[in-house]
Amino acid sequence: MTSTIDPPTPKSAETLLASVDAQEGLDVKTLSPSQMAWRRYWHHKGAAVSTVIMAFLLAFVLLARWTARYDINAQVLSIEQGRNQFLSPRPIAWFGTDDIGRDMYSRLIYGIRTSLFIGVASAILSVVIGTAAGALAGLRGGKFDDIMMRVTDVFLAFPFLVAVIIIREFLGGLKFLTPIVGDKSSVRFIIVLFAIFGWMGVARLVRGQVLSLKEREFIEAARAVGASNTRIVIQHLLPNSIGPILVSLTISVIGAIIGESTLSFFGFGPQPGHGTSLGLLIEGSGQAALQGNWWLVVFPCGALVLLAICISFIGDGLRDALDPKLDTGK
Amino acid sequence: MLWFFPTIVFITFLVYIALRFGFSPENAYRRVNPHATKAKVQQFLDVNGLYPGFWGFIRGYFHWLWQFVQGPSNWPRSIKGRAEVWTPLRYSIFNTLRLAGIAAVLGIVIGLSLGIQAARKPGAAFDTMVNSGAFFLGAVPPFVSGVALQLVFAVQLGWLPVGGVYPPGHEGFNLVLMIKYLILPVAVVAIQTISGYSRYMRASLLDVSSSDYLRTARAKGLSESAVLMRHGVRNALIPVVTLIAIDIGSLLGGLIITENIFKYPGMGVFFLNAVNDGDFPKLLPYMVIVVASVLIFNLIADLLYAYLDPRIRLD
Repeated sequence: MTSTIDPPTPKSAETLLASVDAQEGLDVKTLSPSQMAWRRYWHHKGAAVSTVIMAFLLAFVLLARWTARYDINAQVLSIEQGRNQFLSPRPIAWFGTDDIGRDMYSRLIYGIRTSLFIGVASAILSVVIGTAAGALAGLRGGKFDDIMMRVTDVFLAFPFLVAVIIIREFLGGLKFLTPIVGDKSSVRFIIVLFAIFGWMGVARLVRGQVLSLKEREFIEAARAVGASNTRIVIQHLLPNSIGPILVSLTISVIGAIIGESTLSFFGFGPQPGHGTSLGLLIEGSGQAALQGNWWLVVFPCGALVLLAICISFIGDGLRDALDPKLDTGK
Repeated sequence: MLWFFPTIVFITFLVYIALRFGFSPENAYRRVNPHATKAKVQQFLDVNGLYPGFWGFIRGYFHWLWQFVQGPSNWPRSIKGRAEVWTPLRYSIFNTLRLAGIAAVLGIVIGLSLGIQAARKPGAAFDTMVNSGAFFLGAVPPFVSGVALQLVFAVQLGWLPVGGVYPPGHEGFNLVLMIKYLILPVAVVAIQTISGYSRYMRASLLDVSSSDYLRTARAKGLSESAVLMRHGVRNALIPVVTLIAIDIGSLLGGLIITENIFKYPGMGVFFLNAVNDGDFPKLLPYMVIVVASVLIFNLIADLLYAYLDPRIRLD
């Protein structure tokens, strides 16, 4: 972009470019960075399709009162009207019924709602804690940084399920924590449990970002004009790391949803009072598979895989959208 | 190297505290043996060194550690059935090693070669196929793929057994039968491994493909395959190999999900049974093995990294 005009007054890059374009008879619309990111996001086909699917799913799940055909624990037929257990899919129960005659379709809606809540809540918690810890470790360095990285190293190398189950029993065994984190089988407990595991990955990521950013000129400039550490973190470091943070948020969501299903599969999951969760629906699938009740396997597992794929795609799309270096010019 | 033993003692101490709080061995003992007399309970507490109070934890830990290092014959017996711990533990270790070993070798070899092939022509049909295949398969949790494979191949088609190591009542060694029982669990684990490593290998190879030394190698007039294999893959393998080492370290903890679905008596099932019974004397040796294996393979990964990449120096 070499221009022949001599700049009498300093102009912003955009107006400069616009004037060059005007001189050369080009009518080019300039896009702001966020507009460009938005465009990159929608050009990612997988992300675009997944966003639409997720929007539908969210609407369905949030409007459960109207979209679900039966109440969460209602049976499709009362026992006098005939057999209601293990009905294969049919007009009165689109996705079949379970062992006590409840409609799989309606329960799936309620289950996805609980699971999404668990996923999003624990992901937000993990990201908040992880970002704070990672920024602190990256900026401070020294002993705090060393110890934190050692601890997370060992934790992340550990077999996930073993660690989760041990910590679950440990937290559940500390009676004085029960008022805060809730009972071992409550939804709140699961959220806290996954936040305990989730923040470490985020912290490592943010720390890496901070380490690479803090030597850059714009941080030095901010420091030179006397900005405090807090201001540097909030005004400069975090906005510049928003891409990786958002991507790790999507990864945390899907991690927590799959984690909940895994724990439930072994009977360590939450037992929401009257509700259900994706994990609880899947819990029965192992047994159902052996009995040949395929609909009890296909629908909940399919929903889980669909969620996993959609959220991964959205994360992928966000990564591409928020990292201008990956712009392929398409 | 020096920090290895202090670390393992420290971590097992933390695990010891977590287990004592989490599983409260005394209650577990009473629950499993409801008719135990007071003397029996006291005997259990004494043998396991379950002293009360803050100092009781520290004393209890060293009590246990001393018993542990003296060898399996001195380990306290399990809560359920007062059985020896080492015999079933050893049996589980070998079962898990067999399953995990086969799956890891298959998964790593196939995954790495797919990744290398895909990275040769980024954007080509094969690359897209491998990449999207790995993406979709990687999104399927192992319990879903496990149940799905079981439903199709064992229940509906009946080609393969539903689970176990041998048919019930079978005695002795039979290679054909064993392979038949291993196919499904190995497939579940291998799918996960392949999808992970093919993507990782591809990314790593693409990462080095724009490096100066590859350009130099091409400029020397080497054939494309020599450039790729001798210069590209060897360098791209460095981060992959260390990842493999770390992953293997966590394998010995058992493939909990797969083993549970296929009722395969490995470390994962051993752990789950111990957790369900709150079996403190069984959990501790299991955890020591897991912690040791994780730490050892982490150390190996560090050493490998420094050995393979001379630019990195260990202090």
